Amino acid sequence: MNASFSPARFLDFSGLDTLIQAIRSAGYRCMGPAIENDALVLRELTGARELPRGMQAEQAPGQFKLTHDAENRYFAWANGPQAIKPYVFAPRESLWQVRRDEKGSLKFESFTPQPEKTALIGVRACDLAALTLQDAHFLEGQYSDSSYAIRRKSLFMVAMQCAEPAATCFCASTGDGPTPQSGYDLSLAELPDGFVVAAGSEPGQKVLSMLDLNEATPEQIQSTKEQGEAAARRQTRSLPARDLRPLLMNNLEHARWDEVAARCLACGNCTAVCPTCFCHAALDEPDAAAGKSLHVRQWDSCFNEGHAYLHGHNVRPDTRTRYRQWLTHKLATWHEQYGRSGCVGCGRCITWCPAGIDLTEEVAAMAKGS
Amino acid sequence: MSANIPVKPKVAIHKFSSCDGCQLALLDMGPELLSLAEQVDFVHFAEAGPCDPDTQVDLAFVEGSIATQEDLDRIQRIRAQSKVLVAIGACATAGGLQALRNSADGTQWVAEIYSQPEHIDSLPQSTPLSAHVKVDFELWGCPVNSLQVAGFINHFLLGVLPRNNADKVCTECKRRGLPCVLVSRGIPCMGPVTRAGCGALCPGLGRDCYGCYGPAENPNTDALAAQFRRLGLTPQDIARRFENVNNFSPAFLDAAQKLRKSHHG
Repeated sequence: MNASFSPARFLDFSGLDTLIQAIRSAGYRCMGPAIENDALVLRELTGARELPRGMQAEQAPGQFKLTHDAENRYFAWANGPQAIKPYVFAPRESLWQVRRDEKGSLKFESFTPQPEKTALIGVRACDLAALTLQDAHFLEGQYSDSSYAIRRKSLFMVAMQCAEPAATCFCASTGDGPTPQSGYDLSLAELPDGFVVAAGSEPGQKVLSMLDLNEATPEQIQSTKEQGEAAARRQTRSLPARDLRPLLMNNLEHARWDEVAARCLACGNCTAVCPTCFCHAALDEPDAAAGKSLHVRQWDSCFNEGHAYLHGHNVRPDTRTRYRQWLTHKLATWHEQYGRSGCVGCGRCITWCPAGIDLTEEVAAMAKGS
Repeated sequence: MSANIPVKPKVAIHKFSSCDGCQLALLDMGPELLSLAEQVDFVHFAEAGPCDPDTQVDLAFVEGSIATQEDLDRIQRIRAQSKVLVAIGACATAGGLQALRNSADGTQWVAEIYSQPEHIDSLPQSTPLSAHVKVDFELWGCPVNSLQVAGFINHFLLGVLPRNNADKVCTECKRRGLPCVLVSRGIPCMGPVTRAGCGALCPGLGRDCYGCYGPAENPNTDALAAQFRRLGLTPQDIARRFENVNNFSPAFLDAAQKLRKSHHG
């Protein structure tokens, strides 16, 4: 918990709605967990009673199944298919348009996003670690992405400690969870009778001070610590090392790439649900009647045909080369670009792969055969 | 494509063996069709009124498959009189639902169904336009939608072809923030092998895609079939998923035949 803010407080379950109303009164729209298509997604939340209390999710390669939590907790699952990414890196947005004026000359106009101030309720440590990586890509370095920056500033993060890792989770192995360490405005940990709440930013501190809460007891803080350690121990998957450059880059012709290509649908779902994947494509949408053309940016994937198309030639024409690009970038060459692996161990690419491909298994097979 | 597009190009909408549904992509535009009609001159569009099938045009949209001798003769004439020819819909791009007869004995079916079979003049196979004439662009879907057709015209007016988006339906589904129904509901969604363009219509309603936009590029039908087996479908059930409106597209035809063979062998 962050030392520069007031000590952690305790919020009993009956106070959860007060917290949500305090965030709303600070001017934020709250997006919290909801059930859609039998999965957990983020949707607008106006009060604590709308939360899907008592739900759990069994996750396995290619499977997500909602179940009930015997302890009737509010946040007894690891994660759903998406969290922060769509709120900062828009799935589709207009960047600029060009129109022809009466004199026939072209006039360019850029778009500035005007996002609603939004609080994301229940983001996980892996999601916050991924956000740091997205920041590194979009904000740091020579060119900063203004649309991303505006959206990023509009967010208020309410983090939740993971008490129930999924079978697909491996954040302990990547060093990114299960307890949020930084990057949040408020951080919560759920105990049997309520939440330990800590502020991690000035806006978080402001919201917390609106509530009349007692300090969390040393026992309560100790319980959350033990809960986090237990959740880390229960994780069954892992990667063999944080830096997999030698393993993957020395095995670019390994037979396993062909084997995984036979199972891979090249649908790109892994890249869409990955909280760190940032690839996008730009396209133009002319509108003859209006005399203008829109320049749009949308999520792309290294599994798509156009992603590796250079003039007249596709450098990654098949699934073998596309899967290899994804895995070697994520786990190996990312280090050279951003100083660490691009994987935060959330396991979404495993659960949400319609063919149930497990990257930890692919890496293990590569390690075994090399 | 030539960049010499007239100020108000002449456009024809032709129909072959089909249900007329793809032409609704234009009619469904409502007021936008009126502003489109200021950009192009619809010289032949029987469903909307103008009827002049034999005139020379800059752009022809062609709906329907080639299923009769009359179709076969007419598509040659239309090709000759159209500078740019665009196939619209599953019938024109893949042979349509009616191509299910391609692997059956059509003559016997006709004899069994019709009391006076001599009035039926059908070719042994229902085939896409590209089997007979040069097609400049294909808009897939059953039916195609207004965005595809208007998008094509908007590019055409600038003298270019639009991007041929053969990515998977999943790309549109994930951009919409929809959870994968194959994963969360265990239903046999065809999205991972199906071409985008519909905006993930069925998964948006919690349903499994049934492949009406035809095969995407690089479709791994074997891997999808293997996953459908794990969901509990029989090879015959899975073959039927591929034997829909795009049954005669090479990727889906091959997938279905393999499954039928594995079922019988």
